Amino acid sequence: MKKIISLTINDQSHEIAVEPNLTLADMLRYELALTGTKKGCDTGDCGACTVIMDGNAVNSCLVLAAQANGSVIETIEGLSTDQGLHPLQEAFVEKGAIQCGFCSPGVIMSAKNMLDKNPNPSEEEIREGISGNLCRCTGYQKIFEAIESQSS
Amino acid sequence: MKDFDIISTRAHRIDTPDKATGQAVFTDDISRPGQLYGALLQSPHAHAKIISIDTTKAKALPGVKSVITHEQAGHIKYGVSPARYDETVFAIDKVRYIGDEIAAVAAVTLEIALKACTLIEVEYELLPAVFTVEDAMKEGAPQLHENSPGNLCAEVHQEFGDVAAALKKCDIIKTSTMKNKRQDGAFIEMQGCVAEFDNRGVLTLVSSTQVPHYVQRTVAMVLEMDVGKIRVKKPYVGAGFGIKAAANPMELACCILARETKKPVKMNFTRDQVFMYGRARHQFTHTITTGAMLDGTLMAIKHECCLDGGAYTSFGIATVYYTGSLLGGPYKIANMSYDGYRVYNNKPTCGAQRGHGAVIARALFEQQVDMIAEEIGMDPMELRIKNMMNAGDTTCNDLNMSSFGMSECIEAVREGSDWDKKKGNMPNGKGIGMACGFFVSGAGYPIYRSDTFHGTVIVKLTEDGGTALVYTASAEIGQGSDTAFAMIAAEALGIPLDHIRLASGDTDMGVDLGAYSSRQTLMTGHATKNAADHAKAQVLEVLAEQLNVPKEELDIKNGFIEFSGDTPDFSALRTRYIKEHRGWTDNPDSEKLTFKEASRVAFLERGSIVGTGKYKPHNLGGKFKGAAVGTSPAYGCSAQVAEVTVDMETGQVTIDSITDAHDCGKAINMTSVEGQMEGSVSMGIGEAMHEEVIFNDKGQVLNADLAEYKIVTSMDMPRVKTIVVESDEPNGPYGAKEVGEGAIMPTIPAILNAVYNAAGVRLNELPLTPERVFHAIQDYKERMAK
Repeated sequence: MKKIISLTINDQSHEIAVEPNLTLADMLRYELALTGTKKGCDTGDCGACTVIMDGNAVNSCLVLAAQANGSVIETIEGLSTDQGLHPLQEAFVEKGAIQCGFCSPGVIMSAKNMLDKNPNPSEEEIREGISGNLCRCTGYQKIFEAIESQSS
Repeated sequence: MKDFDIISTRAHRIDTPDKATGQAVFTDDISRPGQLYGALLQSPHAHAKIISIDTTKAKALPGVKSVITHEQAGHIKYGVSPARYDETVFAIDKVRYIGDEIAAVAAVTLEIALKACTLIEVEYELLPAVFTVEDAMKEGAPQLHENSPGNLCAEVHQEFGDVAAALKKCDIIKTSTMKNKRQDGAFIEMQGCVAEFDNRGVLTLVSSTQVPHYVQRTVAMVLEMDVGKIRVKKPYVGAGFGIKAAANPMELACCILARETKKPVKMNFTRDQVFMYGRARHQFTHTITTGAMLDGTLMAIKHECCLDGGAYTSFGIATVYYTGSLLGGPYKIANMSYDGYRVYNNKPTCGAQRGHGAVIARALFEQQVDMIAEEIGMDPMELRIKNMMNAGDTTCNDLNMSSFGMSECIEAVREGSDWDKKKGNMPNGKGIGMACGFFVSGAGYPIYRSDTFHGTVIVKLTEDGGTALVYTASAEIGQGSDTAFAMIAAEALGIPLDHIRLASGDTDMGVDLGAYSSRQTLMTGHATKNAADHAKAQVLEVLAEQLNVPKEELDIKNGFIEFSGDTPDFSALRTRYIKEHRGWTDNPDSEKLTFKEASRVAFLERGSIVGTGKYKPHNLGGKFKGAAVGTSPAYGCSAQVAEVTVDMETGQVTIDSITDAHDCGKAINMTSVEGQMEGSVSMGIGEAMHEEVIFNDKGQVLNADLAEYKIVTSMDMPRVKTIVVESDEPNGPYGAKEVGEGAIMPTIPAILNAVYNAAGVRLNELPLTPERVFHAIQDYKERMAK
């Protein structure tokens, strides 16, 4: 039995009927075509599906769409504007922090959430801030550099 | 060295803005109108006869559009190496591991497809199973394949020089063993694909693959179709590391389901299916004996290895050869023997992974080099430099090091890590160690025997002359190859990088063997340069005719025409260009003639300006059996220093830092080279410290997820100091060679040598869990007490 939920995604309000077992990740990807949010495991281990929900980074594969009723969601698609890439996205490009790019949307959302809460993180705080996001390509070096370049 | 305008810069990668914004399209981001969803039925048993398969109930489930088994898929055998094809799309009369594919379903939803799989009734007769090399080789052990007695998949016996005679003369002989654990690629994007036939019978397969070309050929062979009727396209791929370097059964099943249903079909592996499919690094058990003289001269290597292969061959025949052949360098060693055995058993199949075949042999051998250095009281770096090959040298097994900055790499890490000050002066519980390694810049021969070009590239200039389109069938899987080829094309044409548009990963664009064996920068890079040179020559020919100047006096640089003699009057040509663009407000008014004007005029005279390029290596290697494996037009090399802390009470090892120097020839993109080095080190640390695919006694993977299979996280990764050492590789485009795999070779032994330096113990088994290190320390203390 579908349930109608309403939520705000990237400053746009949505009303959508969802199955009770539909995850937020699947709703974003397959119902709303917001495919920037990636799925690397579906069990909350890899962090590729990270979005910001009511101010906190979450694994959207572990959140039911129905649980997001009334929430405010930010996805990777909401970061860039008419002015171009978000400075954090620019930093990832500039520093070479992206290789295959599959983890990048999740890493960037985690990093943004961390910087929103703590604009001047220490190296240890940066490491912790993205510790839920696995990257197999980069060894994280250039990701650290990109995030460090955006701390104030 | 020559001056370059584009090459060797830190150009931003052309794919990363789209990847940073989520716009980059990966396989599962694609949805086709009316698409069906496919699912696989896989064996729950490690070894069993199939008595019967009944699909009646599955077919009757509403929403199911097709159920296929070996009856629909056929019995054509495939695999990686044609001489060793031992797989069929679906099991016919027997399953050989938990996960062996039996059937597939296409349905209107994934849920229905999965449900239908549970309704397929398979009657099995269980067979005894074997899960280790030792058990599989025992007399009377259950046999996996009819024509492989003793479960021996492959054996290799090679000797160069006279090992026994050389060892007799040696002052020092070291023998030790080493075992790693089966790895998983653990790329973040799971394999997936979408297959679709059009109404003229043309199949398009979009897949998360490293090798569109080999997938195309395998699909053609298994589905009995013309290659020209199959298009394999690779969108962005969430990495592969070797595991995605061959056609997989899901891709084949998906194509067959699309054929049966006449609908697009989409399939994905779940994460546990990625583990069940396997095809990552083997478990190797090495025994190596190394002999040396008192002055530190390395004399001989005797090398034996058993590879735990799993149920099928996959890359295994290449792996077992690579394991031996890549121990021949980077030192001048005249005598080397190798006995390698790859053994089947009832676990998922192992294949190729970053540093194919060679990583654990290197991990053991580089420790023995340190043991010898310690015994004769020589600095490990000095001993290595004393024995090091130089550019132009050839190993005893005929691998030619046409450029080789290995000694320079050692000097770079010596300085970069402050080695001279630290070695011998580390505080208690802290250690420093180093190691070297090298790897091919592309396999010298294709996987199937052929005279094929390894890469073809097309460069087409747009009719306005402003942009060069580069078409290549090569595979960008995250390593930055698209950007490298765009940079090479821009450099060769003499135009800015943003005047290049590049499309890749599509078999319609030509032949390219794909992303494996660190081949693309050198091989596709050559073909790209070749195509760009060809296009440029055509433009300059027309320009020479039009301006009546010798062609040799013309060149293109930064998007402008350069005249080495007097600059002729080109106003007529410019007027002609401007007349064609009445109303345009951005027509050229520069002092210099632009590339845009020149190539527009070339188009007006000759039609489309298309440059074609191609590459295949010259004949490489010796004449002995297996000589082809390990040959390459060039070899990259790497030296690393690891610093570690060992908690002597708990056995916990912490890696404090890694200093890594790599000779990649000429770096096409400095940032990308560093990225490959850092990524290689990270994968090496994972294998050294945590990674292990664990099985229960039924052959089931127990940690088939990214929580319990532990790759390096942001919390584990030490800071890596990367030092790019450039050499000028004569066989590389602009002097470039590999970086993606050579840089993993020294990581594990450097860590092991550092652990020895810290704790006095040599570990002969990976990963370095606290328990394993603790026991080694306890044993060491007991030995000391006696």
